[in-house]
Amino acid sequence: MLDDFLVRAALAGLGVGLAAGPLGCFVVWRRMAYFGDATAHAAILGVALALFFNVSVFAGVLVISILVASLVSTLSGRGLGIDTVLGVLAHSALAVGLVAVSFLEGVRVDLMAYLFGDILAVSRMDVLLVWLGGAGVIGLLMWRWSALLIATLSPDLAQAGGIRPEREQLILTLALAIVVAVAIKVVGALLIAAMLIIPAAAARPLAQTPGRMALIASAIGGLSALGGLGAAWQFDTPAGPTIVCAAALIFAASAAVGLMRHRLG
Amino acid sequence: MRLITTKGLAVRHPGHVALHDVDFHIDRGEIVTIVGPNGSGKTTLLRALIGAIKPSDGMVERMAGLRIGYVPQKLHIEPTLPITVERFLSLPNRVTRAQSQTALERAGVPNLGKRQMTSLSGGQFQRVLLARATLSDPDLLILDEATQGLDQPGSAAFYRQIEAIRRDMGCAVLLVSHELHVVMSASDRVVCLNGHVCCHGAPDVVASAPEYRALFGSGTGGALALYRHDHHHNHDHDHPHPHTHEEVE
Repeated sequence: MLDDFLVRAALAGLGVGLAAGPLGCFVVWRRMAYFGDATAHAAILGVALALFFNVSVFAGVLVISILVASLVSTLSGRGLGIDTVLGVLAHSALAVGLVAVSFLEGVRVDLMAYLFGDILAVSRMDVLLVWLGGAGVIGLLMWRWSALLIATLSPDLAQAGGIRPEREQLILTLALAIVVAVAIKVVGALLIAAMLIIPAAAARPLAQTPGRMALIASAIGGLSALGGLGAAWQFDTPAGPTIVCAAALIFAASAAVGLMRHRLG
Repeated sequence: MRLITTKGLAVRHPGHVALHDVDFHIDRGEIVTIVGPNGSGKTTLLRALIGAIKPSDGMVERMAGLRIGYVPQKLHIEPTLPITVERFLSLPNRVTRAQSQTALERAGVPNLGKRQMTSLSGGQFQRVLLARATLSDPDLLILDEATQGLDQPGSAAFYRQIEAIRRDMGCAVLLVSHELHVVMSASDRVVCLNGHVCCHGAPDVVASAPEYRALFGSGTGGALALYRHDHHHNHDHDHPHPHTHEEVE
């Protein structure tokens, strides 16, 4: 069954969608949308370095993502606004990555595959990595769920309850880096943040509790991946962007439901 | 029994000293109020007491196993984060429905369990925070300007609730407030803060202390409401740094 590239693509997309949804909720709750973008854009630099040092792209992206995410955490709150820090880092990292790729001699890099994803070309190994990484992220979130929530609501309340907010931030940073590393092949560096934010935003009007919102976001993420892939096959469109379009459609429908309920209620 | 003691506590931020030479303590069952003008380091002191910031100097000693219930100054909940009152009370430690119901009744809001946090009024929100703080059966309840945004009857009722909670649970209460008249009548001790401890003692002692009156003036209705007689003697005091003086006639 895994011999079929479409099956592999569907499995990879589904894995990314399911894991990105719940993590995306935290990205939305903590207003870290730009943070996700910065980390994802930096992934291109990770790709370049991985190819240069001849290590796996997954490892390269993971390391660079963690580095950039930690750098953002360190730099923010030191004189520059967080949006400025992220703006500088996100675009610099992307630019440096693109320049670094051009230096790679003898290696033909399909840059488009990393910028916009190449889900139809994922290997069995990629699928395995997606599901292992996804399971790791879901595991992290479930393990730290209450602590992450209270640290998100109020760092002071967390502290008074014996929880270290910086530690929880670190866990989210790590989870983010893992998602970026496994998602770059599926939707590409430019659109990873969309898979984090859109399903979470679409889940918001449908949920009454944080746990429910995370579950719904996960389902929407998975559905977008499968639906987008199907549509891409049907209409012969690029798969990554089509997946994001599917998520955007679901968001529009959910926002309409939320608005109507607001009017009526 | 001492719950928290500080000796020579100092907190320095880059470029300015928020607190220095603060000797402070709070005992079991006491109500202590910290008063001070804006920027006097009240919140910084609280944060140092609960361990949210490290002292730059001096030491903070907490009783072993001290349980603190903390009611923060304000809490902004992102509208993107859906959460019911019951679920909020279960963070970070899960509590049973019965426990959360008891806590809500204790705080005077028994019917809010199913409501969304973002739909509560200011007063309801503060009471939910109060309910949450009592869940851990605290030795010490800390409230940071907890009545900000409540009207006068609202905050008076809130403080009566806190006194009732202290009676029932026997916990010490540490308040930070600017609403001096309401708070001071219930306090065992008042600590007047302005970067350091200006004066402290029983409410009537502090209210008539020249340092206190220099900080708050005699025109603040709160102090006058409690202490009718006027002090006409000199209120100069010998602190090396400038305070904001209100005109004393």
